[in-house]
Amino acid sequence: MSTKLSDHMMPPFARKPVVAAVSREAGFNPVRVVSRRDFLKAGGVLVVGVSLFGCSEGESPAAASATETAPGPWSPDVYVTVEADGTVRIVSHRCEMGQGIKTSLPSVVADEMEADWRRVVVEQATGDKKFGDQNTGGSLSVITFYRRMREAGATVRLMLERAAAQQWGVDAAACRAENHRVVHEASGQSADFFELAATAATLAVPGVEELTLKEVDQFRYIGKNLKGVDLEDIVSGKAVYGADVRVPGMKYAAIARPPVVLGKVKAFNADKAMAVAGVERVVELPAPEAPVMYKSLGGVAVIASNSWAALKARDLLEIEWDHGPNADYDSKAFKQTLLDAVRQPGEAVRNEGDFEAAAEEAAHVLEAEYYAPHLNHMMMEPPVAVASVTADGCEIWAPTQAPQSLIPIAAGITGLPEDKIRVNMTLCGGAFGRKGKGDYVEEAVRLSREIGAPVRVQWSREDEVRHGYYHSVSAQHFAAAMDAEGKVTGWRQRLAYPTIFSIFDPAANSPTTLELGLGALTLPYALENLRMEKGSVPAKVRIGWLRSVCAIFQSFGINGFTDEIAHARGVDPLDNLLELLGPDRTIDITAFGMEATEGHPFQTGRLRGVIELAAEKAGWGRELPPGHGLGIAAQYSFDSYAASVVEVAVAEDGSWSVPRVVMTVDCGQVVNMDRAIAQQEGAAIMGLGFVRYGNITAKNGRIQQGNFNNARVVRYGEHPAQTEVYFVENHLAPSGIGEPGVPPFAPALVNAIYAATGKRLRELPIGNRV
Amino acid sequence: MITLTVNGEARSFDGDGDMPLLWYLRDELALTGTKYGCGKGLCGSCTVHMNGQAVRSCTTTMAALDGAEITTIEGLSTGGDHPLQVAWAEHDVPQCGYCQPGQIMQAASLLAQNPSPGEEEIRSSMQGVICRCGTYQRIEKAIKTVAGGES
Repeated sequence: MSTKLSDHMMPPFARKPVVAAVSREAGFNPVRVVSRRDFLKAGGVLVVGVSLFGCSEGESPAAASATETAPGPWSPDVYVTVEADGTVRIVSHRCEMGQGIKTSLPSVVADEMEADWRRVVVEQATGDKKFGDQNTGGSLSVITFYRRMREAGATVRLMLERAAAQQWGVDAAACRAENHRVVHEASGQSADFFELAATAATLAVPGVEELTLKEVDQFRYIGKNLKGVDLEDIVSGKAVYGADVRVPGMKYAAIARPPVVLGKVKAFNADKAMAVAGVERVVELPAPEAPVMYKSLGGVAVIASNSWAALKARDLLEIEWDHGPNADYDSKAFKQTLLDAVRQPGEAVRNEGDFEAAAEEAAHVLEAEYYAPHLNHMMMEPPVAVASVTADGCEIWAPTQAPQSLIPIAAGITGLPEDKIRVNMTLCGGAFGRKGKGDYVEEAVRLSREIGAPVRVQWSREDEVRHGYYHSVSAQHFAAAMDAEGKVTGWRQRLAYPTIFSIFDPAANSPTTLELGLGALTLPYALENLRMEKGSVPAKVRIGWLRSVCAIFQSFGINGFTDEIAHARGVDPLDNLLELLGPDRTIDITAFGMEATEGHPFQTGRLRGVIELAAEKAGWGRELPPGHGLGIAAQYSFDSYAASVVEVAVAEDGSWSVPRVVMTVDCGQVVNMDRAIAQQEGAAIMGLGFVRYGNITAKNGRIQQGNFNNARVVRYGEHPAQTEVYFVENHLAPSGIGEPGVPPFAPALVNAIYAATGKRLRELPIGNRV
Repeated sequence: MITLTVNGEARSFDGDGDMPLLWYLRDELALTGTKYGCGKGLCGSCTVHMNGQAVRSCTTTMAALDGAEITTIEGLSTGGDHPLQVAWAEHDVPQCGYCQPGQIMQAASLLAQNPSPGEEEIRSSMQGVICRCGTYQRIEKAIKTVAGGES
């Protein structure tokens, strides 16, 4: 790769969580009592921070060690403050985009410290490396921070218990925290946390080995249902998203961006735009050079006194464009490029046994090609950002998944030192990966610097549909060798798609291990002869990650083709799937060049578990009404295991609906059950949308869609009539929950359509009729 | 000069009559509970009530509002306690929450006109308000809770 990427620039899925990087040696506890001055400033009594060394976005986690970081000044990550009235304030440092993390992680701290959730106030952090890794994506928040949050809570609990013991002159071991109080049963004494905090703050921080984490049956909040901390604000319209930020003196900007990525402004005439009442200035933005990374796209900005004037005038700009090197992109023609790439041998990325020999000996070789188009995020809140640049500093307000990545961007533009850049994280009105890129924030910073006033850049829906980062378009070619008895003896899969890493390195032209690892390399089938190859294709638009990333199309192809094998063999699809999965075993994914997540081995038995659970709950094999079909699919991704059984109803005119879906997940210990269920409900709807509508196309380098009329998503009434979600109950280390539910849905649905109609659908989207 | 009431307060407007109500509410009145999602009346995030009827504020121009009574999510109830808001919280409907004011305003208009809507009436009213997170199943439950169909 020609461009060196710092961690905060990396796609979240490309960064393995550091589950236990902090050394447990020598009693090192990452928790420190913050200096007295700090907690006086915070108005609290006890302020405890958890320092997550090695996890800040700009640092290499592997390089950190306790000896380097334990002594001396430290950068607290999560603050827990016990205030004078007993209010416990917990900072949420990750990005809230609807997944519920602003509730989940603080609830883990609260649970371990025995805080009463009703007396907890959650505060959103700013973007600051002192908080550790804030790049929110890859379903990584809980997997990365669960244990540390528990340790943070347990530390505070132990300190409060010791404080009580000291105040009462009793044995600390006999003092027990319970729901915001510490009690000493023998003497009958008890005290609220606020009565103990001042003493607690004078105590030494206990070592990690002194902590006792709760047993599962002691959990007060973990695994239960907690309502979102912003719920009341949301239903009353008070919740603050990026576009809701108002800064005194703020101007409103709308930008005409080059229709083609890496296009440039040749000339423009702003006379008509300037004539719109409320328009104050027109500013040309610099065009980026490749690699596009997360850079702003350039274009011409209209600055006005209100959003409407800016948007209206923007459309009146007369711009002559140089469309640049991507003006030849035609997604229809590119489909053929992709198919050509997978119709020939590619570079082997996984190879066991000898597929070609197995195919030679086979009684039958089944082949099929799968295709899935570009998608975009279509989050309800288009990109928006407010920036205020002055001589002394730069303040940013934005819905952002990667707040720390914005600091060097803003510093670079303004020339200000990084400590003068403040990034405020608002709620995201949906994100799905889009808001991990800072292009829209860069625009606001540039414009504010240029005009010397705070600026809000508002993207229109069309702006986002046409200038987004697109989920990659893909083709896959499958071949399965079968013997005379119908046993599968070999599997070959060829994949080609533009890589996300092309945004960093324009020459990158084939999928990386990171992308292939999202569902393809981890093919869990017990087959002796297995070969995967990747082809080479260029990228002609900005490729980005979108919820579940490559697992969407890789799972679609694999699970669809698996179903084809079942029918070719004349075997029930569930039996076929379980047979291919083979005996329960642990698969070493490092053998495929992937990085394993500590404490999260890939165990095929857990995949079997979700498959069997889904089949049982869905009543697999039951008699169905005419026109109905059941389809099943399963996928391991983001260290979790998910399966879907979709029931489809196909009418005589070919229109179809989903009366019922069963989603099952094994993600280890669930943190917030209701929010985890909600993620699966949403995953089913998003998956359904990809099957029915998801399709972004390009011609002459321009995206052909513009708004919800032609970049369609699922509407009310098109959602599954019944969505049932079941979790495999266990208390293993928690893994991803936001993304794993999406991949199995689409293949389960097309498999169901096959069951209902005999029509095999290998290309997405399928539209409203089959 | 256009005069109207917004959440019961008398207002006057003498700017660009082409300006959609959405931007007047958001930029001039700081009523930011009403959201921009598409600008073309396609997604419903901007839904408010005009004389009691749900309308898309992004395609309702100020010129058309002389004498109109507008209610936004901020004015739907005094303490966020409209039965739908209560039901929304009870079922923990929102994920990201961005579309939810529009969802609630649409549902409130539906129930005001038809306190016991059937499936098809709910569908035809709610299909215009998009939720990308996928909360439709819970929206359905919340509406039915208030409509008495489900508790």
